[in-house]
Amino acid sequence: MFPELNSILSSTPDSFKSSDFILVSDRRADASFLIHHYLSFYLRAGCKVCFLGLVQSFSHYSAVGQRLGVSLTQAREKGQLVFLEGLKESTGVILQEETQTLSYLRSPGAGLEGLFRFVERSVRQSGNGDAGESWGPPVLLIDDLSVLLSLGVSVGAILDFALYCQATVCSELQGNMVILVRCEEEDADDDEEGSNLLQRGLVHQCNLALHVEGLPTGYCRDIHGQMEVWWRQRGETVYNQRKIFHFKVHDKGASFFARGTSSAVL
Amino acid sequence: MAAPVRGMAGSSSIGNTTSFQKKTRSKLVSIPGTRPSVQNGQLLVSSGVSSLDYVIGGGLAVGTLLLVEEDRYDSYSRMLLKYFLAEGVVCGHELFLASARDHPDEIMQELPSPIVDDVAGMKISEGQSQTSDPENPDTMKIAWRYQNQPRVQTALASSVRFGHYYDVSKTMEPELRQAAKCHSFYQLQETPVTTGSSPLPSPYLALLKSIQTVIRKEGFDGSAPQSKVRNVLRLGLHSLGSVLWGDDVCCKDNPAHCHALTTFLYALRGLLRTSLSVAMVTIPSHLIQNRAVMGRIIKLSDTAIALESFRGSEKETNPLYKDYHGLLHVRQLPRLNCLSCEVPDTKDLAFKLKRKQFTIERLHLPPDLSETVSRVSKTELAAGCGTTATGNKHLDF
Repeated sequence: MFPELNSILSSTPDSFKSSDFILVSDRRADASFLIHHYLSFYLRAGCKVCFLGLVQSFSHYSAVGQRLGVSLTQAREKGQLVFLEGLKESTGVILQEETQTLSYLRSPGAGLEGLFRFVERSVRQSGNGDAGESWGPPVLLIDDLSVLLSLGVSVGAILDFALYCQATVCSELQGNMVILVRCEEEDADDDEEGSNLLQRGLVHQCNLALHVEGLPTGYCRDIHGQMEVWWRQRGETVYNQRKIFHFKVHDKGASFFARGTSSAVL
Repeated sequence: MAAPVRGMAGSSSIGNTTSFQKKTRSKLVSIPGTRPSVQNGQLLVSSGVSSLDYVIGGGLAVGTLLLVEEDRYDSYSRMLLKYFLAEGVVCGHELFLASARDHPDEIMQELPSPIVDDVAGMKISEGQSQTSDPENPDTMKIAWRYQNQPRVQTALASSVRFGHYYDVSKTMEPELRQAAKCHSFYQLQETPVTTGSSPLPSPYLALLKSIQTVIRKEGFDGSAPQSKVRNVLRLGLHSLGSVLWGDDVCCKDNPAHCHALTTFLYALRGLLRTSLSVAMVTIPSHLIQNRAVMGRIIKLSDTAIALESFRGSEKETNPLYKDYHGLLHVRQLPRLNCLSCEVPDTKDLAFKLKRKQFTIERLHLPPDLSETVSRVSKTELAAGCGTTATGNKHLDF
């Protein structure tokens, strides 16, 4: 959890907006530090988290989570966190095994229904665990959705999946959803089946869009990039406010500051 | 080069008068040829080239994938692959080599021989002392603002030596080479596998199966009996994506199996993360027309570098590049188990293959103090201003 980001977005683990769809995207940069932020944020808030980790192993998130102050292994044991490890089972599925959840690996053209059923099962499970604790509203975190394009799934199928998830998690269960999409450079000739199309399609559905890019002036050692925050519509009101911040990622967090106020410069 | 197991086992205080007990780092496996990273404790192996180790943050982390974008004639990327395998032989790791063009045995016979004595190691300290000025270096009269900047050092090296040096003019002795266990996969000799309903086409599927079989059989994924000593498996996959692998991503703009290579890399990453292995994959990226596919391939790998050699291009005769053989671009560095990654100092790197070392240096251009340097552009500007004077162009403003 990054305190500066919380103050920028005016949300804390104790009070945050529900039914929120947050889209995190990047272009030629790495926005996965924001996913770690949201993971620790929602675990601290006591929500039931369903995490689809399609590109890294569980131990990676667990190691970073420890530096940010949450224990993923404990959360998993208590039932607060449901973690899908996409990488670990992928080889077996591609080679011979049958599976429902990761069915897109065997037949990418068929769509992501199996994955959606998994998500639905995880978020609908009520918190009647051993200790009788009930968790807060469900949260779905996906890291990262654009890798499905590399595996052959079509953009339309992924957009359908995101719509189904939003309808279930945000509208029906009043929970939140955070999705990471990684984009490429804008091509002169628009590619129809690309990550840019996916990002544009998702940005229309979301309430808050965080876009991470490198600095337009080039590489800098002290400022790792710029993040654009776009507050979009919320219920009936349409905000449409955009702000740009610079950031630097440390070992234990990230600091955000207004453009031109980096500590290396001042 | 072996990472020593630090400290003694924390014994119980039977008969011990001191209360100070060192705890053993029992979680870190001590495998020869590896060392823990100073940044985040990851287990690292050397890539065979010590300046490359420095550039990618200390070494290759076990469980990750290094992607090398080949140069135009595949000369230096093949050299890097041979360094990688030679380092594996010298450290006693197991090797797995897959190639479609040359037989793996041919590549193994060309491995450079290691330099046994420490002569090459002395050269690093030499390079740094040569930059001292003859006059008093302490005071700068004109550029005094730059007084406190560190002196520019072109040679990239760390003080701790990790990895070995190799002599490219000699090949490795057969005894040394045969002491290492090497599994090979030669695409042209494999029987095609029935793919069934798998999304991967046959050559990649066969390769994936072969890698998984080796990992399981030799116990790199932890399923071996405890009596066996843990070791690291080095995978070298040469020229993936080329036509000889049955893939047309290099030939066409819209290939038929455009997801074959990316699916293979995704599955390979899954295998690497769950076993003690490191993979180096070379891809002829200059043949891939579709930039989006190259972007996806880079995102699916952990560390990605690209080699651009000057041979055959107009840069060969450029006086700026006369000392080097090519440029090295670092496309991506991994963030493993931590939020931040090793941020490099500079992105302008050039490499040079010498007989005893593959050096990667910072491309540092000294200020150009010649007379004619800035006059060239002024002639074009002067024409645009609509002057009628055709006299001495150097005096036009």
